[in-house]
Amino acid sequence: MEYFLIIISAIFVNNIVLAQFLGICPFMGVSSKLSTASGMSMAVCFVITLATVVTYLLNQYLLVPLNLTFLQTISFILVIAALVQMVEIVLKKFSPSLYQALGIFLPLITTNCAVLGVAINVVSKEFAFGGSAHMLNLAESTVYAFATSLGYGLAMVLFAGIREHLAGSNVPKPFKGLPIAFITVGIMAMAFLGFSGIV
Amino acid sequence: MANKLSLITKGFFKENPTFVLVLGMCPTLATTTSAMNGLEMGLATMFVLILSNIVISLIAPVVPDKVHIPVYIVVIATFVTLLELLMKAYTPDVYKTLGLFIPLIVVNCIILGRAEAFASKNGVLDSALDGIGIGLGFTMSLTVIGIVREILGSGAVFGWKFMPGDGALAFVMAPGAFLVLGYLLVLFNKIAKKN
Repeated sequence: MEYFLIIISAIFVNNIVLAQFLGICPFMGVSSKLSTASGMSMAVCFVITLATVVTYLLNQYLLVPLNLTFLQTISFILVIAALVQMVEIVLKKFSPSLYQALGIFLPLITTNCAVLGVAINVVSKEFAFGGSAHMLNLAESTVYAFATSLGYGLAMVLFAGIREHLAGSNVPKPFKGLPIAFITVGIMAMAFLGFSGIV
Repeated sequence: MANKLSLITKGFFKENPTFVLVLGMCPTLATTTSAMNGLEMGLATMFVLILSNIVISLIAPVVPDKVHIPVYIVVIATFVTLLELLMKAYTPDVYKTLGLFIPLIVVNCIILGRAEAFASKNGVLDSALDGIGIGLGFTMSLTVIGIVREILGSGAVFGWKFMPGDGALAFVMAPGAFLVLGYLLVLFNKIAKKN
């Protein structure tokens, strides 16, 4: 039951883009086409889940026992950079078309604050899903990270769908491009606000 | 002299990181719930930006090209850790309100962007001035967004209440952030076109 609540909460109630403001740059950058948006969400999903597991273990078994938690930021970002490099190599080998489509945004997953944000959140914040507030264990962290990245994918794919229509519509000149995109996301965020209070 | 001055002033308008380059959107949207929060976030980012610009301009000539991004990220992360420790010690309240977004300065694309585009190619003094200029531009933009959201959302400016009752709460919450930024971008586009 708790895992179910974690999933609902991470995807809808505390959506990473629309409620937590993480990972906005790639969200705006690659969402103009549905195909790249879904490719990017898959890459991000993979990196977020993997990075959270690795950084959780790193924190639990190395930084905390050695009293080095102030090195969290620096060590986490290095782990994430290495992971992204790995994903890049694997994609290049097995799916060159996807690699081509994601282009510049793949190395940029390193600086996608959603990845570092989730990794830091799970080791430093207490969560309450239905029950009392507590630190997440490894299984809960993994589920939380995976569900959060699904939420990222959901927001991205929905937004890409809207943007494809937006491209063909007649928008006033000063609104063209990013301004109207931000206003659209604002309205989407308002819709997602309706989920608050479920969990 | 005029040249040096333009390094600082370009961040306000011509190369404004928020409204022209549209970089570093996550802290921009997340921490501008009030004018004060926006200002504090801007100053924290400026601190890291100036120091990382200085160090990167010094080490850039000796860093091998292949590993320059990881090296820059480590430099930036070092200053962010320094900032975290300083803030925890001297301004714990501010650290608490800004929360997650202090460590996330590491992945603020403005900082890595300036390192790549400016500090790695220019001298120490110019890079420091560039850091000050872009940092001030960022701080100013965040404060402006914060002011607008605070006025609409809680009827106050810098905590000084001039309207009784609550404002439109949506502007303090997530949707308001996107809407205010969107409309401010429109305004900026409109003004930029006129000039």
